[in-house]
Amino acid sequence: MKSTASFSKIAYLKAKIKGDEIFRLVSAFFALTTLLIVVLMVYELTRGSWLSLQKFGLGFITGTTWDPVFTLNFGALPLILGTLTTSAIALAISVPISIGIGLLLSEYISKRLEFFVSFIVELLAAIPSVVYGLWGIFVLIPFLRNNVYPYIQAVLGSLPLFSGPIYGGGVLTAGIVLAIMIIPIISSVSREVFSAVPLSQREAIISLGATKWETCKIVMSYAKSGVIGAITLGLGRAIGETMAVTMLIGNKFKVLPSSLFDAWYTMAAIIANEFTEATSDIYVSALINVGLTLFLISLMVNVIARLIVWRTLRLVKGVSRG
Amino acid sequence: MNRQKLEAELSYKFEIENLNAWFGSKQVLKNINMKIKEKAITAIIGPSGCGKTTLIRCLNRMHETVPDAKVTGRVLFNGVDVYGRDIDPVQIRRKIGMIFQKPNPFPMMSIYDNVAIGLKLNGVKDKRKVDSIVEKSLRMVGLWDEVKDELNKSGASLSGGQQQRLCIARALAVEPEVLLMDEPTSALDPISSAKIELLIRELAEDYTIIIVTHNMQQAARVSDYTAFLYLGELIEYGPTRQIFENPKNELTEKYLTGGFG
Repeated sequence: MKSTASFSKIAYLKAKIKGDEIFRLVSAFFALTTLLIVVLMVYELTRGSWLSLQKFGLGFITGTTWDPVFTLNFGALPLILGTLTTSAIALAISVPISIGIGLLLSEYISKRLEFFVSFIVELLAAIPSVVYGLWGIFVLIPFLRNNVYPYIQAVLGSLPLFSGPIYGGGVLTAGIVLAIMIIPIISSVSREVFSAVPLSQREAIISLGATKWETCKIVMSYAKSGVIGAITLGLGRAIGETMAVTMLIGNKFKVLPSSLFDAWYTMAAIIANEFTEATSDIYVSALINVGLTLFLISLMVNVIARLIVWRTLRLVKGVSRG
Repeated sequence: MNRQKLEAELSYKFEIENLNAWFGSKQVLKNINMKIKEKAITAIIGPSGCGKTTLIRCLNRMHETVPDAKVTGRVLFNGVDVYGRDIDPVQIRRKIGMIFQKPNPFPMMSIYDNVAIGLKLNGVKDKRKVDSIVEKSLRMVGLWDEVKDELNKSGASLSGGQQQRLCIARALAVEPEVLLMDEPTSALDPISSAKIELLIRELAEDYTIIIVTHNMQQAARVSDYTAFLYLGELIEYGPTRQIFENPKNELTEKYLTGGFG
């Protein structure tokens, strides 16, 4: 009797160990699929852009012509600059606003109000980007053209950045809409990393006689790595954002726009606009090559941000948590 | 007569009158009355949850930084009620330093900046003055020789005991009159604890020190006066020797002999 009991126990344990093993393999498989997808994507992008890579090589990312009709010469430098410029404008506008929102939510207002406000801010993220594009065309562009840009030009018009004709759409407009689109992600991640700053850090500075603002500065410096992570997420979204930018930037391929009010082009926008009308093989290949470049730039941004996050996290870990 | 009374009052750093404190609806301090001597070490002992920490946090108005916390009563600091109507808690905290249970240096700042931060808050900009105060503060806590060649390293690069001494140096740099210490050695190894205890004794020459401890031997070793708190009430308060050798209250005796807690 006793021996059967212990036997069944062993059988039970065996079954359990087998179950663990299966679970391990299944989760390893799922984890590997994401890696596999990335590898396949790089492979496919490279394969698709092979023709263009062979013909233009590295010259593709330094070239400044885009002629799908006569010479079939393609170079993506203006597109890269367009993407980076609009993203930089978006960050310049959204980062201070988002950090402000994050601080307000984590340091200043009550839990109940925090829930309400963050719900509304995060609602911005739920709006489809084509709706942002439409809103940009029908609401924001007329508003900026009539009520904002003329005043900016009146004050800063002597700078080349703000001179020239005002169309409404253009680099700055695209950057502003991008900024609105990435505020939710940056502010909600910032709020979380600010809230995660240990109470002991706040108490340390408060007990030294710090004001609220001085306390916030300590919170921000402690949460630096997390905020960089938040900004990277926002930047990633801005770099890849397609629809709203395509609808607002004007889609003009030129080396440099005459000002921030001028039309330009981005990598994502040119793919979306021209893929359906790309007739020659080299044209298609060049567009896929743009996609590959976009992918690599996003990857680079993420790797650099990761490195910064690691570096700052190392410092934080030296203080015993509590 | 009045003058005598005044002088007698002046040798007390704190006079706590009818102090009550709550977290939400839970009352954690009940009608505390005690006077704390200047330039002496007062230990507050008692079992966990008896309100020791809350008591010292009421003295520099840290208690109220917790949501739903409430205080009534008076705390006279140098004869002035810190809960008075025109009193800015920020100003109070600049005169009363606090050391916490776990060392909490600022990891993003260098050792130097950790000590200088309080001066910066006070608007001291003269680089030479800051240098000399940083050195003086680090010397006072016996850390100068250990860190003088690596002042630019992160405050988090130090060991736990060094971090706690750094925190004490940080509090000393703004030249407070009082140091409140909330179980300052509970997260440290015995050797680091002994160093901190020695330091506390030295500091008592110039500062009024109030130390919360769950370690009765520590209270007996370092303090001049001891207060025993139980369930939010001040059970007994007097010279440390008397409390430990000849407690008047049954509860105190029971606690000291390990009867509970």
